[in-house]
Amino acid sequence: MSTPTSNTNPLLRAWYNKEARSIIVQIIAAALIISFFAYVINNAVVNLTAIGKDIDFGFLWQNASYDINQHLIEYSSTSNHFTAMIVGLINTLLVAGAGIMLATILGFILGVMRLSNNWLTQKIAYVYIEYIRNVPVLLHILLLHGLIVSSLPRPKGSFNFGDVFFLNNRGFQLPSPDFQSLFWIVGAFVIAGIAFAWWFGHHAQKVQDETGKAYPVAMINIAAIVLLPLVVYFVLGSPIEWDVPALKGFNFKGGMVIRPEFIALWLALSFYTAAFIGEIVRAGIVAINHGQTEAAQALGISNSRTLKLVVIPQALRVIIPPLTSQYLNLAKNSSLALAIGYMDIVATIGGISLNQTGREMECMLIVMAIYLAISLLISSVMNWYNNRMQLVER
Amino acid sequence: MKLINKVLTGVALTAMTATAAQASTLEDVRAADELKCIVTTGLAGFAAPDANGRWEGFDADFCRAVAAAVLGDGDKVQFVPTTGKTRFTMLNSGEGDILFRNTTETLSRDADLKLSFLPVNFYDGQGFMVPAALGVTSASQLDGASVCIQTGTTTELNLADYFRANGMSYEPVPIETNEEGFTNYVAGRCDVYTTDASGLASTRAKFDDPTQHVVLPEIISKEPLGGAVRHGDDQWFDIGKWVVNALINAEEMGITQANAMNLAANVGNNPGINRLVGSEGNMGEMLGLDAKWAARAIAQGGNYGEIYERNVGPNTPLEIARGLNALWNQGGVLYAAPIR
Repeated sequence: MSTPTSNTNPLLRAWYNKEARSIIVQIIAAALIISFFAYVINNAVVNLTAIGKDIDFGFLWQNASYDINQHLIEYSSTSNHFTAMIVGLINTLLVAGAGIMLATILGFILGVMRLSNNWLTQKIAYVYIEYIRNVPVLLHILLLHGLIVSSLPRPKGSFNFGDVFFLNNRGFQLPSPDFQSLFWIVGAFVIAGIAFAWWFGHHAQKVQDETGKAYPVAMINIAAIVLLPLVVYFVLGSPIEWDVPALKGFNFKGGMVIRPEFIALWLALSFYTAAFIGEIVRAGIVAINHGQTEAAQALGISNSRTLKLVVIPQALRVIIPPLTSQYLNLAKNSSLALAIGYMDIVATIGGISLNQTGREMECMLIVMAIYLAISLLISSVMNWYNNRMQLVER
Repeated sequence: MKLINKVLTGVALTAMTATAAQASTLEDVRAADELKCIVTTGLAGFAAPDANGRWEGFDADFCRAVAAAVLGDGDKVQFVPTTGKTRFTMLNSGEGDILFRNTTETLSRDADLKLSFLPVNFYDGQGFMVPAALGVTSASQLDGASVCIQTGTTTELNLADYFRANGMSYEPVPIETNEEGFTNYVAGRCDVYTTDASGLASTRAKFDDPTQHVVLPEIISKEPLGGAVRHGDDQWFDIGKWVVNALINAEEMGITQANAMNLAANVGNNPGINRLVGSEGNMGEMLGLDAKWAARAIAQGGNYGEIYERNVGPNTPLEIARGLNALWNQGGVLYAAPIR
């Protein structure tokens, strides 16, 4: 088939050429999209100027003037909005990080339970997953927060665990460590222990590969990382003093507190995401051909080693990519903190700072950029891990 | 081509919104035949929907008065409920035409948030409420307490200042709405609830037994509450400003909900009253309205005193005495500029 000769117009001829047409369409689409955004941004700037507002990030260095209950770095109402933002960011990272950890553990347990031969175990996991993942996570957060705040006793009637730990509707109060001057020695031993464990792991692997001789790697490494520093700790005369919380007036003074807002958000996000991870793990394990297990058994490999050396490494290849998107969901869902007053990045710079300074555009841009950065970070870590787990073809 | 169509429609729509924002607010309100009034999500006595879903309260009545003056019908109001955090954005983005939402007038809100404040219609101050069982009698005993505060309010800043100035510590428990604050306070998540004294009175009235809760004597801030409009439309600002002034002047002159329309129909002996109700002079015309604007606003919900007594006064569950909110010649500070 040749193009009709009657079309002498070069534009029309280009249109009939498949490759040229695709390029033309792409150029038009790109131009339209760019001009649309240019128009919207220009419009926003013009409208902001019309009411006398410019885009200026200078407000970040002004006094924030408000207090934040949970701050892991030094913060007071005399700190600036930038510090408030960092406090919020740390709170977001804290709940997202803790959530990812708990969700992963719970998710793997659920996934394995779903495949259990035990009828009850399997049904419990099934009911849990179907209930949790079919109710919006916001409701889980509100429900948990309501439960903690309404059903736990007030500070005066706290559940007392040996006068050291206390649980009430203001949170979980626990002692905080106060490191003495000699504590750095213990820290140094821990770091040295980790370094040794890393080297020893490699060395043991090499020896085993060459000679087939297996060292008790786990035992030796635990001794290096935990036992030795512990001995050093006691030899130095316990260089940590514990600040134990005590009821004084309205609240507990001293120690640390894990607030109900954090607990509710952390548990709700973890429970919710765990339901999805459970299904992903189940899918990953089911995807491994049963012949693999049978082959391993035929070679006389024990059940636990079959799981560890044959099934899980292969299942991980199926599990990791969807797991990444669950981690991203969890990190982004943490912005629902707003509903119960957990002071995350949205509540600080995207909430109170925004409201007190009236810098909506700037604050929202900052919050968006931060979430984007967090998500990209999670993605790149997971991609790196995924690449490591990929099938190495020899 | 469907996508291109969509994009073009989008562009056209954005362009329309842009032009709409530049037209005068009065024209917009008239064109829509409806006043979009920004109120709270629910604070009994100030603005809250009643059992039939009709918004009632002090702020709601001011919304209706403005609608009556501008559109001739006090029921042509679309109430836009907002939290403390969203209210100014809603106003500045044009989601509302005017704001009556227990809002404190401050310099930064005026200059930086680009709002124009109407005359103060409620003089308030921030207070503390605690359960009577705690035995607290003064705010100076609140060291170490957990305090529920609404975020995005001046309250939050006053609280930080107050505790810092007095060398006391506290745990802020941030909440979004008055309702949420109530729930957290009842559950004991916080020991203290702080907001404007009027808001405390409103919240306290909701308890089965209000005597179980005490409002502490300290008032830690000045909270002049008033309506607000966007910067940049002086005509609309003037309308809002003079409706408020008209209602206050009406109380001073004895013009009430019952007699306003009668007074407007006949030219009386008192030139001040005549000018206000529009039987003499062209006050309404100067504002871009008709002569009977103020008469209608008063006939809608009554003068300032009537609005106050009906919604928050001593005979309501809120039991707030007139205090500072009495007229200047009756021991208060309400002193409205004359209509002439």
